[in-house]
Amino acid sequence: MLSFIIRRLAVAIPTLLILVVFSYVIMYAAPGGPFDMERALPPEVMDNLNAKYGLDKPLVVQMFNYVYNVVVHFDFGPSYMYKNQTVNDIIAQGFPVTLTYGFWSFVVAVVVGMSLGVMAAIYHNSWLDYLAVGISIGAQVLPNFVMAPILVLFFTLWLGWLPGGGWQGGQWQYVIMPVIALSTSFMASIARLTRSSMLEVLNANYIRTARAKGLPMRRVIFRHALKPALLPVVSYLGPAFVAMITGSVVVDMYFSTGGIGVFFVNSALNRDYSVIMGITILTGALTILFNLVVDILYAWIDPKIRY
Amino acid sequence: MILNRAKARELETAQIGAEIEGRSLWADARIRFFRNKAAVGGLIILILVGLFAAFGQHMTPWSNEEVDWGVLGQVDTMGRPSFESKHYFGTDDLGRDLFARTVQGTQISLMVGLIGALIAVVVGTVYGATAGYYGGRIDNVMMRIVDVMLSIPYMFVLILLLVIFGRSVLMLFVGIGLISWLDMARIARGQTLSIKNKEFVEAAHAIGVRPSTIIRRHIVPNLLGVVIVYATLLVPTMIIFESFISFLGLGVQEPATSWGALISEGAKQMQYGTLWMLLYPLFFFVITLFAFFFVGDGLRDALDPKDR
Repeated sequence: MLSFIIRRLAVAIPTLLILVVFSYVIMYAAPGGPFDMERALPPEVMDNLNAKYGLDKPLVVQMFNYVYNVVVHFDFGPSYMYKNQTVNDIIAQGFPVTLTYGFWSFVVAVVVGMSLGVMAAIYHNSWLDYLAVGISIGAQVLPNFVMAPILVLFFTLWLGWLPGGGWQGGQWQYVIMPVIALSTSFMASIARLTRSSMLEVLNANYIRTARAKGLPMRRVIFRHALKPALLPVVSYLGPAFVAMITGSVVVDMYFSTGGIGVFFVNSALNRDYSVIMGITILTGALTILFNLVVDILYAWIDPKIRY
Repeated sequence: MILNRAKARELETAQIGAEIEGRSLWADARIRFFRNKAAVGGLIILILVGLFAAFGQHMTPWSNEEVDWGVLGQVDTMGRPSFESKHYFGTDDLGRDLFARTVQGTQISLMVGLIGALIAVVVGTVYGATAGYYGGRIDNVMMRIVDVMLSIPYMFVLILLLVIFGRSVLMLFVGIGLISWLDMARIARGQTLSIKNKEFVEAAHAIGVRPSTIIRRHIVPNLLGVVIVYATLLVPTMIIFESFISFLGLGVQEPATSWGALISEGAKQMQYGTLWMLLYPLFFFVITLFAFFFVGDGLRDALDPKDR
């Protein structure tokens, strides 16, 4: 198991480095720099600015310094746009928000999705099954940026139950709609996956054996059917995590929750390179880490997989 | 005797008829597809949406850029959908005709979806088939590249590209082209692994056909069924992808528009009571995605030999 983890890390770290180098080179090659204003700055000022941020050195040196600072000091450098803030400040400000609603979305998607899928499979071809299938087809065509306006339309404009945006330190009224908007499509995918794999498992011979020897249905499901049925779901969690992180951009933009996504889009529009880099690398690292965890989990659950 | 001879002749002609009626695999699939009501319904909706995108512009006197000055400033009352003002879907907040804009947005969204899927089909199939056919170290390296690319949060990299090289439809295609083929390559590789050990490939190999020709003539045609099914399901994914980017204001630029941009505009204006600006684009978005999913499911049932 340990060698498997080490081998996976040996792939993960180069991947992250490729991401860093790729985005740095693109930004270096881009026309227009962070200090290009409507009125051109005098060349001396420009030189001083570039020197201050270390942009006058050759590309390789810049890149090495950047990676060195990130890895050793966990320092993503200063923001070019918000003069008195570093990228670390911005991440520290936005990340807890994203993490809060991201965590709840994940919990809702996994718990509700799995229960819905399992119930649908147990009561195959009942109204519950049709409901689950209907929800999962419907949610497929309602991605987060479509869900968000529809939710606001119902709960804010028509019913007046929930505030249309804001965060207010994470009070529950402000968390509900972001969580629903973000989790619906994953919940649907998880429900669909669980249902089909559970159906397959319930038709397997060993389940028939378990039932034939007189085990109660509850025990058959929880002890024998659930674990193999959840395997495909576990492998879906990695991609779901990535999609959730990208989906948070829409949530932050639409509900003004002040998470990391809104900084990403704003700095993208303002060419604030260091912030874009910081967020890209951070999300990349999280994604790779999460995929690693999922892989280990998978290997741990499934005895057939030996690396 | 005479009767018997007539009967024999009848049988003979029936035999000839039966021979002509022989059904290919594709004909079989077509029959199965057209028995699936949801899939046929989806296909009809897609044709209608396609016609709407192609000819919708001729049905309205307004263009998608023209501002109706008589409506501007009082869009919530004057800009309502009505046949009198010829604004069938109403106008947007700047007084532009929403019907014309929806037509134009539909064109862009469909184009993005189809081109994204096309890139995926061409690049992904060739890449996956090559990796699967050669196997060994080549396969290892090629698929590791795919794994690495899949584990990057793509939306962020694409936004980076769009910001740095300017927001244009071309850049959008480059970005979509970069990622859309990855899953397709995996699927094509998996299929190739099972096909390459079949006798006909061995036979081709034995008479000295070059590997590139084997891939082109023998592997790829046998992948087509799976590839078509996956491509149909990829189109809505690409449409969602583009709409996501446009929703953030980073996709197609004014006056051109797409479903995502229209939904975003409608969502911003909805508290002023101009709901039609959200609902018409949303309607087209949702029915098209539904239709693609149903057609994709129908095709899978028709083409996938496992479920027969």
